[in-house]
Amino acid sequence: MSETPTRMTYREACRQAIRDALHADPRTFVMGEDVGLYGGCYAVTKGLIDEFGPERIRDTPLAESAFVGAGIGAAMAGMRPIVEIMTCNFSLLALDQIMNNAATIPHMSGGQFAVPLVIRMATGAGRQLAAQHSHSLEGWYAHIPGIKVLAPGTIEDARFMLKAALADPNPVLIFEHIVLYNAEGDLDPGVSEVDIARAKIRRPGRDVSLITYGNSLPKALDAAAELAGQGIEAEVVDLRVLRPLDDATIFESVKRTRRCIIIDEVWRSGSISAEIAARLADEFFFELDAPVRRICSREVPIPYAAHLEEASLPRMADIVAEAKALVRPK
Amino acid sequence: MSSQKVHLDHRHGLTLLREMERIRRFEAKCVELYQAQKIRGFLHLYDGEEAVAIGVMQALDERDAVVATYRDHGHALARGVPMGPLMAEMYGKVEGCSRGRGGSMHFFDASRRFYGGNAIVGGGLPLSLGIAMADKALREGAVTACFFGEGAAGEGEFHESMNLAQIWKLPVLFVCENNLYAMGVPLEVSEAETDVFRKAEGYRMPGERVDGMDPIQVEAAALRAVASIRAGNGPYFLECRTYRFRAHSMFDAQLYRTREEIALWKERDPIARLRSWLLQSHMITEGEIADIEASIAAEIDEAVAFAEAGTWEDVADLERFVLMDEVRQ
Repeated sequence: MSETPTRMTYREACRQAIRDALHADPRTFVMGEDVGLYGGCYAVTKGLIDEFGPERIRDTPLAESAFVGAGIGAAMAGMRPIVEIMTCNFSLLALDQIMNNAATIPHMSGGQFAVPLVIRMATGAGRQLAAQHSHSLEGWYAHIPGIKVLAPGTIEDARFMLKAALADPNPVLIFEHIVLYNAEGDLDPGVSEVDIARAKIRRPGRDVSLITYGNSLPKALDAAAELAGQGIEAEVVDLRVLRPLDDATIFESVKRTRRCIIIDEVWRSGSISAEIAARLADEFFFELDAPVRRICSREVPIPYAAHLEEASLPRMADIVAEAKALVRPK
Repeated sequence: MSSQKVHLDHRHGLTLLREMERIRRFEAKCVELYQAQKIRGFLHLYDGEEAVAIGVMQALDERDAVVATYRDHGHALARGVPMGPLMAEMYGKVEGCSRGRGGSMHFFDASRRFYGGNAIVGGGLPLSLGIAMADKALREGAVTACFFGEGAAGEGEFHESMNLAQIWKLPVLFVCENNLYAMGVPLEVSEAETDVFRKAEGYRMPGERVDGMDPIQVEAAALRAVASIRAGNGPYFLECRTYRFRAHSMFDAQLYRTREEIALWKERDPIARLRSWLLQSHMITEGEIADIEASIAAEIDEAVAFAEAGTWEDVADLERFVLMDEVRQ
C-alpha cells in the first residue's frame, strides 16, 4: 500500500466504499432509482454496473416503499443490501417501511429478526434545487429508536463509514450531503476504518465548542480558523453519528470549554440541536459559562433563488459572530 | 403434473378438518379470554376464513416463508407455530412467540420462517419481495407466501410490490384474502375493479380467483401457483373469496352489514361443509370427529395453562432488541 495520501472526492470515496463492500461480501448488492445505467442521481454509483452487473447494481422503478421494503425483507432473510434513495426528500415515500418495519420488527419480534440493512440518501441544500430536493431530514430519523443515523462530513468518513454500517446488525441510514460530493481531500493511507459509535473532535480548542456535522462541518472549521486569528480557540466536534448520540464526546468537550454552539442544517424546532441543548442543560446547567446557542436553518421550505437559499442556511459568518459574542460578551 | 392435484384421502381429509377446527376453537377460546380480560388490545378473528390459510399452507414446505397480516392467528397455527407460545403472546408473557412485545397482531417465528403479522395494511408486501430476493440467492426453490386483505389493494405499496415482483420474477405467492370488507368499507365502495385478481393482469402476473370457503379448492389453486413459482415463472396471484363471520375486531358494532348476509355466508362455513361432506362420503366417522375435538380441546387447555404459567418480561429488558447485538436468523 502506498504511503502517500490518496486524493479523492467525497463522491469517489462513497463509490470506493460501495465497490469494497461488493467485493467483500457476495450477499451485498445495491438497489435504487437510477443507480445502474444512469450511474446514480449524484453519480455515486457511476460505472459500478459495468463492474458488478445489473443483479448487484439493481435499477428499481420509482417505488420507494417497495424497494426499501424489499431491502428490509432481503436483510431479514440473509442478504446485506445497500439501498439508495435519491434524496431524503423522497425517503418520505418509504417512511412506512423504515419506521414500521425496519426500526420496529427487531424489538417487536422479541429479537428474532435483525434488519442488517444500509440505506444511503442525499441530504441538504446549497445547489439551488428548491424545496423538494433541499431539505435535511436526518434529525427526523434520529428521533426513531431502532435505527442508526450517520452523517459523513469528511472524505475519510465517506470512505469508511459504509463498511462499519454493513457490519452492524441494525438498519443504518447514511446521509450524504449534496454539497460535499465534489469536496476533495487527502485520505490518510494509515486509516482503513472509522468508529461509527463515536463523534470526533476535528479541531481542538479551549474557548468554545462548535458541535456540528455534515456540510456544516467545513463551515465550522472555517469559522474556527477565522476565530483563531482573533485569539479565540474554538473546538470543532463532528457528531458523525446522530443516533445514538455520543454523549461522552460532546460532554467532554463542553466540560472543557464551558461554552457551546450547535450548528445544524435542519430546522431548529424539534431538532437534533434541540436534543443536544437539552442534554447539556440536564448535565451541565451549573457548569456552563454561557447559554447554549444554536445556528440552524431558517424555518422555511428552502427556496430556489441563490440569495434566499443562502440566507436560509447556517453561515460561517454567523458562527464567527455567535462565538465572539459568547466568548467575549460586551 | 400429479403433485399439483389434491389427493383427498381419509388422512388428508382429516388433516384439513382438524387444522381448520384448531384455528376456530383456539379463537373461540381467545374470545372467552378476552372477555375475562386475560387478553387485551386488538383481537382480530379469522373465524370463517380458515380454509384460506389451511389450503395455502398445504402447498408450502419448510424452506418456504410466510408474511402475514394483523389477522394472523390462522396463518401462524397453519404454519405450525405451537399453540402455547401463541396463547402466551396473547397474554403478553415473555414465553410468547414475540416475548409479549407484539400481541395478537404480531406473531413471529424465525425458526418457521414466519415473518410476522403486520398491522400496516399493505406493509408486508414489500417485505415479501425482499425475502424472495434473498431466497433466489440463498435458498433455491423457496417460495414466500404473502397474505393480505383486499383492503391492501387500495394502498400504493400493493401496486408498487406487484410491479416489482413481476419485473424481477420473484418467487412470491400473493394471497388476497378477500373478505369483502376493509374493516367496514364494502369492496364495491373501495375498489374500481372488484375482481381483485384482475389487478394482476395489469402487471402481466398470472392470477386466479378461488372459493376461499373451500380448503380443497384453495389447496388445489395453491399447488398450481407454487408449482409455477418453483418452476421459475415468477410471482402468482390468488384471490380467495371469503367472509369473516365475526366482527372486524372486538370494537365493532357491524353497522355496515346485515344479519341476513352473515347468515347466508355461514351456510358456506368451510368447516361445517367439509365435515358433512367427509361424513356423507364415509371418509371419516363421527368417532374420529369426536377424537379430533377432544385432542384440540386438550391442546387448547395446555396452551392456556402454558400462558397462565408464563412470566412477565423483566422491565429491565424493556429496551433489549431496540438495537440488536447480532444477526440471529
